[in-house]
Amino acid sequence: MQTGTKISATLHVGLVGWALLGGAFRSEPLPLEVQEVSVISAAEFEALSARPATPEVSSEPVALQQPEPAQDAPALEPAEDTPPVAEPAPEPVVVPEPEPAPVTPPPPDPTPEPEVADAPATLVPLPEVAPEPPVSAPLATLRPRSRPAERVAPTPVAPPPPDTTPDPVVREQVAEADTGDSPQEPQEATAPEAASDRIETEANQEDEQTASLAPARSVRPSARPAQRRATQPATDPAPEAPDTSRQDAIADALAQALSGEQSAAAEQAPVPTGPPLTSGERDALRLAVSNCWNVGSLSSEALRTTIVVAMSMSREGKPDVGTIRLLSSSGGSAQAANQAFEAARRAIIRCGARGYNLPVEKFAQWRDIEMTFNPERMRTR
Amino acid sequence: MKTFLRALLTGLMVTLPLTSVTALAQTGPLRIEITEGVIEPLPYAVPDFVAPDSNSSEIAAQLSRVVAADLSGTGLFREIPAEAHIGRVTDFSAPVRYADWKAVNAQALITGAVQVAGNRLTVQFRVHDVFSGAELGNGLQFSGTTAGWRRMAHKVADAVYSRITGEGGYFDSRVVYVSESGPKDDRRKRLAIMDYDGANVQYLTDSSAIVLAPRFSPTGDRVLYTSYESGFPQVHVLDVGKVQRRVIGSQDGAMSFAPRFAPDGRTVVYSETRGGNTDIYAMDINGNNRRRLTSAPSIETAPSYSPDGSRIVFESDRSGTQQLYVMSAGGGEAQRISFGKGRYGTPVWSPRGDLIAFTKQSKGRFHIGVMRTDGSEERLLTASFLDEGPTWSPNGRVIMFTRETQGANGRALLYSVDISGRNLRPVRTPDGGSDPAWSPLQK
Repeated sequence: MQTGTKISATLHVGLVGWALLGGAFRSEPLPLEVQEVSVISAAEFEALSARPATPEVSSEPVALQQPEPAQDAPALEPAEDTPPVAEPAPEPVVVPEPEPAPVTPPPPDPTPEPEVADAPATLVPLPEVAPEPPVSAPLATLRPRSRPAERVAPTPVAPPPPDTTPDPVVREQVAEADTGDSPQEPQEATAPEAASDRIETEANQEDEQTASLAPARSVRPSARPAQRRATQPATDPAPEAPDTSRQDAIADALAQALSGEQSAAAEQAPVPTGPPLTSGERDALRLAVSNCWNVGSLSSEALRTTIVVAMSMSREGKPDVGTIRLLSSSGGSAQAANQAFEAARRAIIRCGARGYNLPVEKFAQWRDIEMTFNPERMRTR
Repeated sequence: MKTFLRALLTGLMVTLPLTSVTALAQTGPLRIEITEGVIEPLPYAVPDFVAPDSNSSEIAAQLSRVVAADLSGTGLFREIPAEAHIGRVTDFSAPVRYADWKAVNAQALITGAVQVAGNRLTVQFRVHDVFSGAELGNGLQFSGTTAGWRRMAHKVADAVYSRITGEGGYFDSRVVYVSESGPKDDRRKRLAIMDYDGANVQYLTDSSAIVLAPRFSPTGDRVLYTSYESGFPQVHVLDVGKVQRRVIGSQDGAMSFAPRFAPDGRTVVYSETRGGNTDIYAMDINGNNRRRLTSAPSIETAPSYSPDGSRIVFESDRSGTQQLYVMSAGGGEAQRISFGKGRYGTPVWSPRGDLIAFTKQSKGRFHIGVMRTDGSEERLLTASFLDEGPTWSPNGRVIMFTRETQGANGRALLYSVDISGRNLRPVRTPDGGSDPAWSPLQK
């Protein structure tokens, strides 16, 4: 069968089928919107579409009618006709002057002037300052005492070192020269056991205890004042009152003797000398003291006074408070120098409480210090 | 080889002297010089004074507060508040635990005790240097009536101030001034007297007449001032204790004003205007022995004696502008001491004798300043719309003056300033105040 024939047959069959079955696929009609209208007459339309009529305005103004005065309103009358008797004007209130007007004012204070004695009475000074509790280390320590020997012998023998173990076998010394042909090796003799030449009693122990109370350190002798030129000698301090707590002459003598021993011992202690302080180290010390040198409360005269303060230092870099002293002053009175010295001493103590940053290996270089406090740049007048 | 040896010897010759110098430098103590410090208030503590009973404890607390206010008000001291205290002072006679006060960084400690017996009041106190661990001087005791407790507090503060600074205090002193009330165009003025800190204000005159320029006598018992009571200015003298006053000087209609006592208390120096010319005169306090000290066609006024009474500083416009001059107390040739730009006036000689305080007007601003008696080292301490009328504290450390604010509602108030220019602070008064004059320390 030819292709053309097939196409023709298919189209024909479709056409016949559509003709037979076309009514079965009829679609629904689209919905229509219907709006109701009413019919009006031409007269009614003109009436609706006509402009509103403009109101007529009269070209001539019409005079307004004045309101009639109320019948009960009081008639105004001139002020001069107002009789003052109807309601008398209030009397002007006399405002009293804040201050009395009389020529001679009253005394400022009738009460008598409070009495205050001008000359004060001097109080008795307080007793010695209470001992400072927070002392970290005692100044004087018990020297370690040798153990008493348990054995008494004609010749005392010092105790051996603590870790020594006593030899149970007593051997004699064998020298190399003595060996000769004998097979015995040279050896040391056994050390004799610790012994004392006297019997230890409680009384002896007390003596030992007392003697060992020597302080580990003593107050260092004050440095010799340096020769200063053009300075005023410092005022000699008033002699100190005798300390009542040291009435015991025996105790004084013992303390003096013991301190002398300790001074000698301290002098014998090696003091690191080292090289001189560098400029940086000196500047660091200068800056540290400057930070605490408060001249704000000094008098004008004290601010014109230059002072030289001497002190001794401990190895920890702390100033020995007892050695801080005024060497000399210039530019002010003794009282001004004393005020300046107190301010300087406060500065040294405050900023040195924890120790100045100084090299220990150069202790000998800064053990004794002289500081010159010159307030020239700090003057306010 | 020879060259090397020569160089070695030369080096040794140069080095050896240096080594010896270094060795010499190492001998003796280490010497350093401190030239820089700090200027800050010294911290101190004033625990409430010890009181044996409740009757005394109230006064003790008030008294210690006045002491603290006096010291802190100077700007030289800073109180460590009681809340920070570690130590407690319960027994005035017991030794002080300085470690407790070091811990709060108190450099000075003031302890005290108060005892009230009837109308009598006894105050004891001590000043301690905490870091030295010792008293500053001996303790003192004041006694008086209970009504005078404020004065006793001021005396305690004076003693503490003197112990620490080395110069006299100024707390037990009074100030006479012109109390001002009302608007600028209707200001009422009257003389008033008060403690230096503004307490215990009392009025000496009424406001019926304008009063100006009160000045204390050297003993503090009399006040000179200028009053317009008669219609023109006249010098009056007023007895502070009795509040009695009288006119001194000319009664013939000449204007007299700007009076000031001589240090001896018997002579008054003032200005007088006759025939349109104002000059400086002096007379005895009873009005006799009047003599003329200046005779120039210019205006000479505001005289002030030096503490030794030998010289007088005053203001004059004889050079064309208002400047300061110094002359002998007997008159004669005057020497000009102010040469800065601006106008100078109201000079006042310091009680110490080393400085002169003045008012300066320059470039539309007013200043209070000080200079040496020869005019050198001029320093301006303040600057504002209107500062004028300086007066010295008894110790010459503080200056009080008038500061007036700008505008129709401006007020005149009293201020004080340290001579270093620090610690500028107002003085508390009930009303406005002007023209202050500081008394000497009370006897």
